[in-house]
Amino acid sequence: MSILIDQDTRLLVQGITGNEGLFHTRQMAAYGTNIVAGVTPGKGGEWVLDGKIPVFDSVRLAVEATRANTSVIFVPARFATDAIFEAADAGIPLIVCITEGIPVQDMMCVRHYLDQKKCRLIGPNCPGVLSPGKCKVGIIPGDISIPGHVGIVSRSGTLTYEVLYALKLRHIGVSTCVGIGGDPISGTNFIDVLSMFEEDPHTEQVVLIGEIGGTDEERAAEFIATRMTKPVVAFIAGQTAPPGKRMGHAGAIVEGGSGLAQDKIRALQEAGVKVARHPEEIPDLLPV
Amino acid sequence: MKLHEYQSKQIFSRYGIPIPRGKVASTAQEARQIAEELGVMVVVKAQVLVGGRGKAGGIRLAKDPIEAEEIAAKILAMQIKDLPVRKVLIDEAASIHSEIYLGITNDRAARRPVIMASSAGGVDIEEVARTTPERIIKVHIDPLLGLRDYQARDLAAGIDLPREHWRNFIAVAHGLWKTYTECDATLAEINPLVLTTENRLLALDGKMIIDDNALFRHPEFSEMRDLDVEAPAEVEARKYGLSYVKLDGDIGCMVNGAGLAMATMDILKLFGGNPANFLDIGGGANAERVAAALRILLSDPNVRTVLLNVFGGITRCDEVAHGIVNAMKEVKPKVPMIVRLVGTNAEEGRRILADAQMITAETLVEAAQKAVAAARGGLG
Repeated sequence: MSILIDQDTRLLVQGITGNEGLFHTRQMAAYGTNIVAGVTPGKGGEWVLDGKIPVFDSVRLAVEATRANTSVIFVPARFATDAIFEAADAGIPLIVCITEGIPVQDMMCVRHYLDQKKCRLIGPNCPGVLSPGKCKVGIIPGDISIPGHVGIVSRSGTLTYEVLYALKLRHIGVSTCVGIGGDPISGTNFIDVLSMFEEDPHTEQVVLIGEIGGTDEERAAEFIATRMTKPVVAFIAGQTAPPGKRMGHAGAIVEGGSGLAQDKIRALQEAGVKVARHPEEIPDLLPV
Repeated sequence: MKLHEYQSKQIFSRYGIPIPRGKVASTAQEARQIAEELGVMVVVKAQVLVGGRGKAGGIRLAKDPIEAEEIAAKILAMQIKDLPVRKVLIDEAASIHSEIYLGITNDRAARRPVIMASSAGGVDIEEVARTTPERIIKVHIDPLLGLRDYQARDLAAGIDLPREHWRNFIAVAHGLWKTYTECDATLAEINPLVLTTENRLLALDGKMIIDDNALFRHPEFSEMRDLDVEAPAEVEARKYGLSYVKLDGDIGCMVNGAGLAMATMDILKLFGGNPANFLDIGGGANAERVAAALRILLSDPNVRTVLLNVFGGITRCDEVAHGIVNAMKEVKPKVPMIVRLVGTNAEEGRRILADAQMITAETLVEAAQKAVAAARGGLG
């Protein structure tokens, strides 16, 4: 089994006719994801992927026609907030937003609104979700991971690929890999995903990939110490990052003495988590 | 993006927050003219984007225009924490009864804005937070409802502000909230907000940080950017959509993705090396962007070796390889280059680079070890 996405996922792609949207629609379809619809306002009635996927003008129309239950968003940052609201209001229970560069105040409004609805947002600024062998929603390359029983949750993109690949080289498979994104405010945090993994009978151990900035890793550590029975291995990026400098991700910055990698590593270790010194060490730390 | 004091205060004023009369000057003569126009005792304030201006002698009182000119000349010749002072603000001096702190910022953990007030204004608020946290009153704001009157009143009461000033204080708080939301600030701060001996509230100092992700809807801020706070290479990098931060080491790093770039820096350190920079070439990097990245990286004279670590996803390794080959023709690097390409079109990428005399690595560990050895002169 897996969490969030599987064979029953009926995917809708918002921004399906854009360059990135179309490219990744093709990749996701090739992986075997059941893509039922696309949305691009003004292009309703068209078809993409050799006439296989219908395009609609709105998420509401797409949901009515296709019973889509998951949406992935590839629209540019200035339109992405609206796209999230639109998906939420159309009743989509799972929204995955790949878009990078959404203003943080917009995200605070989004988060506040979604908290009042039965709707989960993954991202923004994330690589998406992959349940190897079953379904791929987002941009994680499909061929770098094999099905198995390790759950992965990460704030990073390519660093996650690095870990998936290191596991695959050692024939270690993954139940689901969730990229929660590198922004200061995101729809889903570590604790949300950790609790899903804790409850998923097919996930036996968990890898957590964090980075500098904020205190989400510290709160995850507390959750692991008090609520989790499954073993967790972690890696924290940014041990050499200087304070006050933003390291690419809007969320990756050490501010006012908080958000340091060292503090996160200490908190995790105190919670009984084995913390890898580098990504390729992670497979060695997973219990056999 | 940080704004200067004078920029922040001009914005505050637009939202109805009272500020002292004053103007910004780039020369001592201008400073004197402004002081003459104001016709009262003035304060001359260095406009640099670092804290501790006062301690460094960058804020001084002047009793008349002649003294204002002298002081401005001195301050304009200063460097404060390595930043040149290019402008001074000449403000009417205020007679201060008491000093308040008032600021709004994003509370990441609460996922909401928080407005904070303290009667211990005028000093470093982080210091207050460390030593006497009970002196800071915090109220979280619902982003969809905005700041409510009662919340501002709670702050006024919480800092023991006399009741006759509540109305004015609430107006300032609302002005600051509007500033914060309409400008997409991640920080809007008045420190100090003073109560003058004439019983007025006045924003004596101001600080704003604008969310870089929101700059697309605020073209007015782009010309306000102070390039002095960034290394020239960082400014150049931004032009190409690259994220570059200069560090002190000697191993130049070029990586796709912020998390992997940080992890690459960390692993170099783990094996005894020192990264010269953080450089994320981003997702879907094309040949042109890669070439720019290599140029910027090699413009740092400390760089003794280059480590290129690309995990292809959306980014195609063959594109990256083309960029490297093009850039090499142009910049002709004299330092050893260690390359690791994995993922989308990696083999094609390696083939393109086969003639380029580079050291290749399969794993991240191997790449880091080779880079560290090369920086020490053991390879290449």
